[in-house]
Amino acid sequence: MLTIANRTFHSRLLLGTGKYPSFEIQKQAVEVSDAEILTFAVRRMNIFEESQPNFLEQLDLTKYTLLPNTAGAKTAEEAVRIAKLAKASGLCDMIKVEVIGDDRSLLPDPIETLKASEMLLNEGFIVLPYTSDDVVLAKRLEDLGVHAIMPGASPIGSGKGIINPLNLKFIIEQSQVPVIIDAGIGSPKDVAHAMELGADGVLLNTAVSGAKDPVKMALAVKLALEAGRLGYEAGRIEEKDYAVASSPLTGLVGS
Amino acid sequence: MKIRLNGEQVELPEEVNSVDKLLTHYNLENRIAIVEINEDIIQKDDYKAMRLKNGDIIEIVQFVGGG
Repeated sequence: MLTIANRTFHSRLLLGTGKYPSFEIQKQAVEVSDAEILTFAVRRMNIFEESQPNFLEQLDLTKYTLLPNTAGAKTAEEAVRIAKLAKASGLCDMIKVEVIGDDRSLLPDPIETLKASEMLLNEGFIVLPYTSDDVVLAKRLEDLGVHAIMPGASPIGSGKGIINPLNLKFIIEQSQVPVIIDAGIGSPKDVAHAMELGADGVLLNTAVSGAKDPVKMALAVKLALEAGRLGYEAGRIEEKDYAVASSPLTGLVGS
Repeated sequence: MKIRLNGEQVELPEEVNSVDKLLTHYNLENRIAIVEINEDIIQKDDYKAMRLKNGDIIEIVQFVGGG
C-alpha cells in the first residue's frame, strides 16, 4: 500500500500517459500495469482543428487518480498557473511540480521547484515535486511539507536507469514522506532496483509507452515492482568480496 | 467582438458573448476543458454569467498525455 497525504493506493506504480502508439494499446497497458495514479500534462486545446480523441475523456475516472504535471513551466509562477488550471477541472487536487531548468537534460530547476512547491502548499494542493537526486534539496522540500518526494533516476526519457543509487538511498532513508523514483527508468530491472533501494513507488512513462510491446512491458514493470518491493521487505544479504560456500565444508566424500 | 483565443486572433459572432456560448460555439460543451480569461481561471458555475469583452485573452486548456 502506498499512502500519499490521506490517500491510499494498492499499487506503487505511477504511470505516465504520453507517447503511446495508439489509444487502444495505451488502454491495455494502463489496465495491465495495475497503476492507479496516472499523470497528465496541461495544454491548449486544439480548438481550430478537427477534434482529436482525448485519452482522459475515455477513462473511467472513478478508477484512477489523476496526477497532472506542470511540465512546460520554467518558473515557479508558471508552474502555479498550470497547477491551478489543472485543479479547476474539478478532477484532481494532486500536482506533480515539474519546473525544468535546462532544455537539454530536462533537469529540474531546484530553486524554482522549491518556490513552486511552497506556493502550491499554501494554496492547499497535494504537492509531489519532481526533483533531482540532491539529498539536501529533498530534505528542504520535505521541511516545506510536500506530500512526496520524486527524485529522478536519470534524465527524463533517457532510459539510463538509476545512475546515483547512493543518493537515492540517502533520500529514501531520511524521508518521512513517500519517495517515488521518477524519470529515467529504462527497463524492469531499474524498477526492481528502485524498489530494492526502498523506494515507496516508481513513476515511469517512456519505459512502457516506447517499448516495442507496451502492454507486455506494462506487465513486466508491474511484476518487477512487486519483486523489488518483496525483496526489500525480505531484506537482502550483505555483499561480500569473497566467496562463502553454500554447501557444508565437513563430511566431504573420501576425506 | 475580437478576442485572442489560444494564441490566435479570432472574431466572434455578436451572440457569442459568454463563456458557455463560447464553448458551444467551438463544440466544446461536453469536453473536459478549463477556461482562463486574462489569466483568471473561470469556475464552471460562472460559465453562464461570465461575459466576454473585446480584447479578452482567453485560454482553453485540457489534459493531454504526459509523464
